[in-house]
Amino acid sequence: MDFLFVINQALGVALSPTTAAYALAAIGIGVHFGYAGLLNFGQAGFMAIGAYAFGITTLSLDFPFPLAFLSAIVASVVFALILGIPTLRLRADYLAIVTIAAAEIVRYIVSTTGLSSVTGGASGLSAFARSFQSFNPLPGGSYGFGPWTYSRAEFWVFLWGWGLVAIATVIVWLLMRSPWGRVVKGIREDEDAVRSLGKNVYAYKMQALVLGGVFGSLAGVIFILPRAIQPTNYATTLTFFTWTILLLGGAATVFGPIIGSMIFWVLLVLTEGVIGGLVRADVITFLDTTQAGQIRFVLLGLALILLVVFRPQGIFGNKKELSFNV
Amino acid sequence: MAGLLGAAPVAAATAEPSPTASASAPAAPTGFSVGGTIANGDEPVEGAEILVEGEGFSETVATDADGVWRVDVPAQGSYTSTLDVDSLPEGVEPRDPDSITRTSNLNTTPNANVLFPMGESTIEGTSTWDTVVTRLIYGINFGLMLALAAIGISLIFGTTGLNNFAHGELLTFGALISFFLTAVLGWSIWAAIAVTLVASAAFGWFHDAAIFKPLRRRRVGLVQAMIVTIGLSIVLRYVFLMIFGGRTEFIQTGFNQVVPVGPANLQASSLISMAISVVVLVAVGLFLTKTRIGKATRAVSDNAALAAASGIDVDRIIRIVWVLGATLTGLSGILYGVFRGVSWIMGFQILLLLFAAVTLGGLGSAFGALVGAIIIGLVTELSTLWLPADLRFATALIILILILLLRPQGILGRRERIG
Repeated sequence: MDFLFVINQALGVALSPTTAAYALAAIGIGVHFGYAGLLNFGQAGFMAIGAYAFGITTLSLDFPFPLAFLSAIVASVVFALILGIPTLRLRADYLAIVTIAAAEIVRYIVSTTGLSSVTGGASGLSAFARSFQSFNPLPGGSYGFGPWTYSRAEFWVFLWGWGLVAIATVIVWLLMRSPWGRVVKGIREDEDAVRSLGKNVYAYKMQALVLGGVFGSLAGVIFILPRAIQPTNYATTLTFFTWTILLLGGAATVFGPIIGSMIFWVLLVLTEGVIGGLVRADVITFLDTTQAGQIRFVLLGLALILLVVFRPQGIFGNKKELSFNV
Repeated sequence: MAGLLGAAPVAAATAEPSPTASASAPAAPTGFSVGGTIANGDEPVEGAEILVEGEGFSETVATDADGVWRVDVPAQGSYTSTLDVDSLPEGVEPRDPDSITRTSNLNTTPNANVLFPMGESTIEGTSTWDTVVTRLIYGINFGLMLALAAIGISLIFGTTGLNNFAHGELLTFGALISFFLTAVLGWSIWAAIAVTLVASAAFGWFHDAAIFKPLRRRRVGLVQAMIVTIGLSIVLRYVFLMIFGGRTEFIQTGFNQVVPVGPANLQASSLISMAISVVVLVAVGLFLTKTRIGKATRAVSDNAALAAASGIDVDRIIRIVWVLGATLTGLSGILYGVFRGVSWIMGFQILLLLFAAVTLGGLGSAFGALVGAIIIGLVTELSTLWLPADLRFATALIILILILLLRPQGILGRRERIG
C-alpha cells in the first residue's frame, strides 16, 4: 500500500473546494442551531436551492456569473421565508420535521421528469461554470505546491470557496458579539425570557434562519462549481453530514465548522485509503473493496453517536454555550 | 441488480382482450414489468412488436394471440415503450400515428400498463371513476402498511419524546430478515413472518436496553438523543448495505392469484396483507384502550412524571413500547417487502412519510398516527391522477406542511402538545 499517496490525497482534500462548501454549509447550521437553537434538518434543501438557482439562471436565462450568484442568494431567502412562516412559532422538533420534509420536496421537484427541460430531471445539470470562469482574472499556469497544486480554473474556485468561508466566518463572529447576537443566543437559552424583555422572538428567529440559509445556498454554489449538479447529492444524508461536521468542530464556535469539515474529509479519505489498501493487500479478508468504502460510513455514524453523547460541545466548544433542550 | 426471482410470465395470458386497457390489467407475479393489451376494436392484435427501453435495458416483445404483451424489466426506474407500426397487421393503424412512444415510471409500483389505442376512437377508455377506485384501494393498502410503522414511531415519541430517525431501519430489518428466511432458507411465508416478528421484537428491546435506556440514565437531552438516532440510522443502513448490497429483491408469498375487486384487479397477497394490517391495528387499539399495560402506556404518554407518581413503572412501559413498536414496524417491513421490494434503503426512503403521518395525526397520538397514515397513503396514490408519479411523495410532504400551517396540533392532536 502506498502510504505517501494516501497521505498526499488526505492533505489535498483538507483544502479542496468541496471541504470549503461543507464548511460553509456547517457555518449556516451553526447560525441556526449553535446560536439560535433552531433545528434545521433541511440544509441539503438550501444547498440544492442555491445550486439549482445558480445553474438554471446561468443555463436557461443566460445570466452572467454575478447575477446568477445573486439569484442563488435571493432564492434561498425566499425558501427560508416559506419554511419559517409556518414553523418558527411551533416547538423546535416540528421545525426539524418540516425542514427535512421541505428539503426532500425540493429534491423530488428538481428530479421530476416533467421539469427536465429546466432542471435536467434525474440527470441534473452541467456546463454552467463557463460564465464563472470567464470572470477569472488569474494568469495561466499552476498555483500552490505539494498536495495543494491547482490549475488556473481550480484555483479560481478555491479562492471563491475559501474566500466565502472567510467572509461568512467574519460575519458570524461580528454578529455574535453584537446586540443582535446576544438576543439570538438568549432565544436559544430561554425564549420566554427574551420575549418578556419585549423582543420579537419570531423576527429574530426568522433573521437567523435566513442568514444560515443563505450560507447553505452559497455552499451549494461552491459545491457544484468543480462538478455537475446531481439531484441525488441533495438527499437527507448530505444534511446529516453537515451536522456531523458542525458537532465535530463545536456548534457555537467560530472556527468549529471549518476545522470540523477538514477533519471530516481528511478522515473519510484516510480511512478509505487505509481500509481499501489493507483489503487489496489481503490483510483484511472479510471485506471486499466495495464494502471497504461502505464501512467508512458505519464508522462515521458511530463517531457521530459517540461524539454527541460524550463530547456534545465538539472539539472547540464550550459546554455552557450549548443548549440541547427543546 | 436484477430484482426478479422466478418470474412467471404466463400469468399475463389470462387477460380478457379488451379495447380498454384498464389501469389494472394482470400483473406478472413478481418483479417490475411493463405491459398492456393491444386490440383493434374488439379484435386482439397478434404479433405487434413493442420495444421497451430504459435503465440500460432493452427488449422487443410481440403481442400474443390475445393481444397481450408484457416485459419483465430488471429494476425500478423509467422505461419507454415504442410501438413498431410496421409490425401491425394489414388494416390496423394506431389511432394517433404520431404518438407511438409511452414513458412509464416504475418507482413505487412494480407494474406499469401501457396503452396503444388502435383504429378510430369509439370508446372513452378507462373511466375516471374506475381509476379513482383503483387508486383508492392501492392508497388504503399503502396507508395501512404505513400505519403499522407510524404507530411504532408515535408510541415511542409519546412515551419518551424521542424523534427516532432510525425507525426506518427497523422496517428494513424486518424486511431483510423475512427475505433471508424465505428466499435463502426457503421457509414458508408464515414461519418467516413469525420468526421475523420475534427478531424485530428482540431488536426493539436491544435498542432500548443497549442505547436509549443508558442515554436516559445519563440524562442526555432529547435533541442529543435525536442526533444519536441519526448516527444509528447511518450505522444500520450501511451495515445493511454491506451485507445485502445495493439490489432490490421481492419477498415471495406464493399468493399470486389475481382477485377482481370492483374495477381493480388485486393480487391475493394484497388482500391478505390488508386483512393482516386491519387485524393487527384493531388488536393494538384494543391493547391501548382495554388492557392495564395499554392504559399505563397512554398515561405515560400523557404525563410521564404523573404516571410514575401514581405507581406506574415508566421504564418498563418504555421497554414494552420499544418492543411493540419494533414488532409492528417489522411487520410493516415484511408487507412493504412483498409489494415494493426489499432494499437496504427502503426504510429510510419512507421514514419521512412515516413522520408526516405521525405529525398529521398529532404527535404522540397512536390513533392519530393511524388516521395520518391512511391520509398519506391515499394522498400519495390519488395525487398520481393529476401529477406525475415521481412527485407522489412530494405531494404527501406538502400536505404535511400545509396541515402544520392550519392546524399545528395535527388532526387528532391536542392544543397543549404543540408547546
